[in-house]
Amino acid sequence: MKKYIIILSVLTTLMAGCGKKLDIQPTQSLDENQVFTSDANIKVALNGAYDVASGGPLLGGDLQMYSELLGSDGEISWVGTFNQPDEIFNKKILTNNSFVRDTYLEGYKVINICNNIINSINVVKESDRNVVKGQALFLRGLMYFELVELYAKPYSAGNANTNLGLQLVTTPTLNGQITDANKVARSTVQQTYDLIVADLTAAKPLIGTSRGVKGSKSAVAATLSRVYLQMANYAGARDEADYVIQNSGGSLETEYSKAFNNTAPSSEDLFVLPITAQDGTSDLHTFFSIFDFGARDGDIEINQQHLDLYEADDARLAFFYLDGNGIYRSGKWLLQYKYLPVIRLAEMYLTRAEANFRLGTIVGATPAQDLLRIRTRAGLAAVPVTLENILLERRLELAHEGQRIQDIKRLKLSVDGLAYDANTLVFPIPLREINAGAGVVLQNPGY
Amino acid sequence: MKKFFLSLTVMVFSGMCVMAQTTISGKIVDAKSGAPIPNASVIVKGSAMGTSTGNDGSYKLDVPSSSTVIVVTSLGFLSKELSAGSGINNITLSSSGTKNLDEIVVVGFGTKIKRDVTGNIARVKGTEVQNMPVTNLNQALQGRAAGVFVEASSGKVGEGVKILIRGSGSISASNSPLYVIDGIPISTNSYSGSPISDINFNDVESFDILKDASAAAIYGSRAANGVVLITTKRGRAGKTAFQVNTQYGSNKPTHLRGFLDAKEYIDLLREAAVNSDKLGGVDPSDPTQYPGSWLQFAEKRLTRYSGYSDWRKLETNTNWEKLAFNDQAKTSAIDVSASGGNEKSRFYLSLSYINQDGILIGNKLKRLSSRINLDQSVSEKFKIGLNLSLTQTTTGRVPDDNQFSTPMQIVALSPVTPFRDKNGNVYNSPTTTYSNPYVDYAEGKYNSTTYRNVGNVYGQYNFNPALFFRTEFGVDIQNQNDDQFYGANTAAGTGTNGYGESDWFKSLTYNTNNYFNFKKKFGGLHDVDAVLGMSYQNYNSEKANVFGEQFPSQQLQKLASAGLIKGGTSIETSSAFLSYFSRANYKFNNKYLLSLSGRVDGSSVFGNNRRYGFFPAGSAGWIVTEENFLKNQSLLSFLKLRGSWGLTGNADGFGDFASRGLWGGAAYNGTGGLVPTQLANPDLRWEKSNQVDLGLDFGFFRNRISGEIDVYKRKTNDLIYNVPVPGNTGYSNKTVNIGSMENKGLEIVLNTDNVVTKNFKWSSNLNMAFNRNKITKLDGDQTTLAGNDGRYLNSLIVGESIGIFYGPKFAGADPNNGDALYYQKDNTTTNDYNKAENFVVGNPNPKLIAGFGNTVSYRGVDLSVLFQGVFGNQIENGAGGFMSASFDWFDNQTRDQIGRWQKKGDITQIPQLRLAGGNGISASSRYIENGDYIRLKNVTLSYNIPLTAITNLHLTSARFYVTGVNLLTFTKYKGWDPEVNADYRAGNRNQGGDFYSAPQIRNISVGLNLGF
Repeated sequence: MKKYIIILSVLTTLMAGCGKKLDIQPTQSLDENQVFTSDANIKVALNGAYDVASGGPLLGGDLQMYSELLGSDGEISWVGTFNQPDEIFNKKILTNNSFVRDTYLEGYKVINICNNIINSINVVKESDRNVVKGQALFLRGLMYFELVELYAKPYSAGNANTNLGLQLVTTPTLNGQITDANKVARSTVQQTYDLIVADLTAAKPLIGTSRGVKGSKSAVAATLSRVYLQMANYAGARDEADYVIQNSGGSLETEYSKAFNNTAPSSEDLFVLPITAQDGTSDLHTFFSIFDFGARDGDIEINQQHLDLYEADDARLAFFYLDGNGIYRSGKWLLQYKYLPVIRLAEMYLTRAEANFRLGTIVGATPAQDLLRIRTRAGLAAVPVTLENILLERRLELAHEGQRIQDIKRLKLSVDGLAYDANTLVFPIPLREINAGAGVVLQNPGY
Repeated sequence: MKKFFLSLTVMVFSGMCVMAQTTISGKIVDAKSGAPIPNASVIVKGSAMGTSTGNDGSYKLDVPSSSTVIVVTSLGFLSKELSAGSGINNITLSSSGTKNLDEIVVVGFGTKIKRDVTGNIARVKGTEVQNMPVTNLNQALQGRAAGVFVEASSGKVGEGVKILIRGSGSISASNSPLYVIDGIPISTNSYSGSPISDINFNDVESFDILKDASAAAIYGSRAANGVVLITTKRGRAGKTAFQVNTQYGSNKPTHLRGFLDAKEYIDLLREAAVNSDKLGGVDPSDPTQYPGSWLQFAEKRLTRYSGYSDWRKLETNTNWEKLAFNDQAKTSAIDVSASGGNEKSRFYLSLSYINQDGILIGNKLKRLSSRINLDQSVSEKFKIGLNLSLTQTTTGRVPDDNQFSTPMQIVALSPVTPFRDKNGNVYNSPTTTYSNPYVDYAEGKYNSTTYRNVGNVYGQYNFNPALFFRTEFGVDIQNQNDDQFYGANTAAGTGTNGYGESDWFKSLTYNTNNYFNFKKKFGGLHDVDAVLGMSYQNYNSEKANVFGEQFPSQQLQKLASAGLIKGGTSIETSSAFLSYFSRANYKFNNKYLLSLSGRVDGSSVFGNNRRYGFFPAGSAGWIVTEENFLKNQSLLSFLKLRGSWGLTGNADGFGDFASRGLWGGAAYNGTGGLVPTQLANPDLRWEKSNQVDLGLDFGFFRNRISGEIDVYKRKTNDLIYNVPVPGNTGYSNKTVNIGSMENKGLEIVLNTDNVVTKNFKWSSNLNMAFNRNKITKLDGDQTTLAGNDGRYLNSLIVGESIGIFYGPKFAGADPNNGDALYYQKDNTTTNDYNKAENFVVGNPNPKLIAGFGNTVSYRGVDLSVLFQGVFGNQIENGAGGFMSASFDWFDNQTRDQIGRWQKKGDITQIPQLRLAGGNGISASSRYIENGDYIRLKNVTLSYNIPLTAITNLHLTSARFYVTGVNLLTFTKYKGWDPEVNADYRAGNRNQGGDFYSAPQIRNISVGLNLGF
């Protein structure tokens, strides 16, 4: 009997306390209800939002690549094995294209982090509150802008009050609550642009001035100038561009090539992504560069048709290089682990020139002065100031930086035989969103 | 020395043995031949005391008193109960036919006589798979047990081998059974490769596969996918027996697929380019239109790919497919074991080494393992023991199937490209179409080394013959290092002067079981066997890695030499299970059997509200042949009806913290960040599997024909799945309990002794299992989760099997213009893939799996032949859009592309060749084929050298054998091998995918077994 008692007591001891042993905490994640409880956590969440925004599917290269592939018009060719960019290049996009899906998902991931930050902004200590809120508004506005340019008809196509824009979400997703209310119908193009303008306009006075790897007054203004150009609001575009030129504190690099392949922000970067061996991705390097420089197989080739656009002694032409097989490649994305410029000051001169020219104004400088500034840096002499010349300069200066399709659409040009507002120049809403928002989320025409 | 040791042992134990007792001993022999019966068990009736016989049939056992009743059982013989007198008791046993119903099978927390089992347990004896030249024990089990589906993802050694017991039970959680070695559940996690490869199955006495819920329910929450109980060999009292086995063989791929040769490649590629030109309104034969044409583009590429040679003169014709394989691949193995002991102490020791080259270049596995199993009777009542295995597994791994650098992707390279340039260097990109995997093989390495220690200690105290308490404490320690280096010319190392990575993984699983067992017969009619206990298991793993670039030299491959450390990480995860369990078996008059069990499980992976689950089970059996009305006949020798029901759970495979809303670390501009990683679901709960099994065990003609028939229905509810949520929430999915799935099936096992004479014996074994898997509910909202990702069509659809192929149905080439056509809803066709209707176009789940084994022995010669088959499933070639793609790009094409559409009126399944034309290359039924196969899985022919010839050499046995694996495959599948599932995506839903996956290994080996 004694033995039974001993055994039983041993057993009881073994069992006691085991229940608590089931309480195991994760060691490399925080529970969500611990995140928005402190000033410090909200600031690192903002850093997290920048991390996502700078990822491959977004500003880390794919957004820019989509623009160039859609706007290729024989000037570049996609020759890689990935079907997804190939579909975009050929304007035969399947609704299950995983690049199209991931860009959408990641964009909204940034937007949700921003919504969370804005929702808990009062936890941030008062002295920093404006800056943090300004950053969150900037990123949210920027993401909606990047997405609306791809997933909806261009503003220039008119009918902005009826054409479908984006699903607009400005409240955070909390506590795993997913209900039918999350099946958000798409707003119109106009409503989408209104939100973008509102976010960026609100961000500008709140945010800091320091130009570089995060949002700043110049980055916000530069983004706004792009938004206004899309809306054909030339006065707005001009004034924002002029604001940047007057206030950014930056200046054009002395040589064109110095604006790229840097390991720190260049003097003309208004917003640049920090890419190092340890962190960050540049899909522009991955797809534009070649095997010898650690990229893929040279998936995007630059064709003679593009090179023919340059004058013979243009420094920007000399910046292209020949690979071992007689194919031209963009020098901008030559090397691995180099900072990726998202908006450069040079663009602001060209925007101001175009807007001043269109409006017959000389805010900040004359169109001729702005145009010459860009041409001089490229080693070229003055040309007559015409809208055509200003637009050509813009096309060459910003080549392969992800602005081509936006310019084609706002200027109502055709590309690869397609009209600027063709259905196939607009991404489909990813199939998964149509399924997940069954009955509520509508597909783009033509898909 | 020996005497000294013996007397020491006697001194030590005489102090402990205070109870009066007596010793019996003797020899157990075959009643017919008089041959000794080794490994027969001798048990004191109604207790756990017992021993088993040595190789010479002898035994020695301490019994409480001279009037004790002992039970003697041995495989293949009728058991015998007798009252043992003290001293010598020689016993004879008569043969009972093949599958003896008195065989002891292992059940959770105990053993049971086969005839009394009311659940469904498939047993594979260690001897059946002994020395099979495969490295993963699951492969050794393939085809040997009904309802156990085994599939190696490819012919890569050391990689995953799927095992499904009675079909898929889950969509997102684990579908893998629980593996229990000597009572201790082991970890099936690892950093890379298959952790099951660490187990040396030559040490295994038996595999008992618990298939139905009643058999498995004692493992409650862990048992929804069945349980594989592995019992290792133990020592027996008697003379120390040594066994030595050596083996040597060669490995070849089962099949080569075949690609275009250089002439065909050039002709078809040019045709494709011309077709694309013509579609664009360009005539490339016109010299003015040639510049900028597709033809010019293609011919430039041909020149680039030809290296030093001239493609126009057909100077090169490289068969790249052959270069993916190591034509010197071999397997060698040596095993040594010793077992023996006395009635107090028994031991089994083994040391084993296997070195298997995979068939792919750079793929190999070496395993060095040892085992010590000790049992010590401290006193008549108290027994302690130890099981311990130590293993080192070293794998030379190759990249997953979706990498340019994996050997099999070499087949994409052009046959016009010479293998080496004039300086003898292997050509690489840009001369090769893609980076050449051979360069990765030559200048890279990926070595994975695992140290694995699985062991446990136990103590068992017998209070009296009816009651014992047993406590077990086990550990499973894994320590793995993956060491990777890729030189400056490899895919990973180009542009960065090499790439190196070092990954470390360690895990500790510890487990304790503590239980009482009560076993007693009351009033001669009532047998009771009951278990009550608890167990606790804790798993913890940590991973760390560091990777870098800029290596100064090909010789300096460790990260100490990296000029640039790119990054590193360390992560940790843990989980715990706490369980209380009980089981009671009751048998009345040897006829009526009843078993009830229940288990309460708690798991850390669920939220507080839903942490505990209760898993009950019950079963009953009726041995009809014990009834009087069947006593006086000889036709039906055994008939048992049995039925079971039970509930089991699943908590594995979807992460340790899936119920939490989590934010994880991120980095931007060198500072830390936080990003949301998953949505919270505090209601996340157990997947529960509800299974009913009805079975029949029968034997005719003194069991010369015997078998089992089972029908079952297994319904899993509360399936855990990552349900897609609207992306505008910032998340892509949420882990929820959504749906239900059902598996229904029929299993038939038939064993026959076809010929039984003194010198010639032939017996057969057939097992067949039909299974139908069906998803019965998804989230209640959606009935279809279409999975078309451009390469594969595996989808989830209510009413269909998991992972069904759902997507466009290919209608061949348009006879008018060669466009790829797809069916629309109204059965008309379209050339617009986006307009094609989705259909169910295939099912990756087999309808029937079967095994058919034969053993023949004639004098000293034994032959065993095992066929294994899989029927009714389809396979999708995810690489079809590259390799069978109407020359969409420069990848070399499969030979069927020769039958392409060429002119108006051609009726063919191969659309017109179009370079960059995307003509029918998206996932559709075009790339789906039947995957049925029958395989000559294993043949062993052995010769036992007569004892008279070897006794002078002091040998007790000598056996020479030839064995082979995957010798012949009968299939209509046109790919490499129908046993396939591309490793980079394999999962519960993602089945039946082929993507440059290596064919299986065909091995032929010779070996020699010696016993002394």
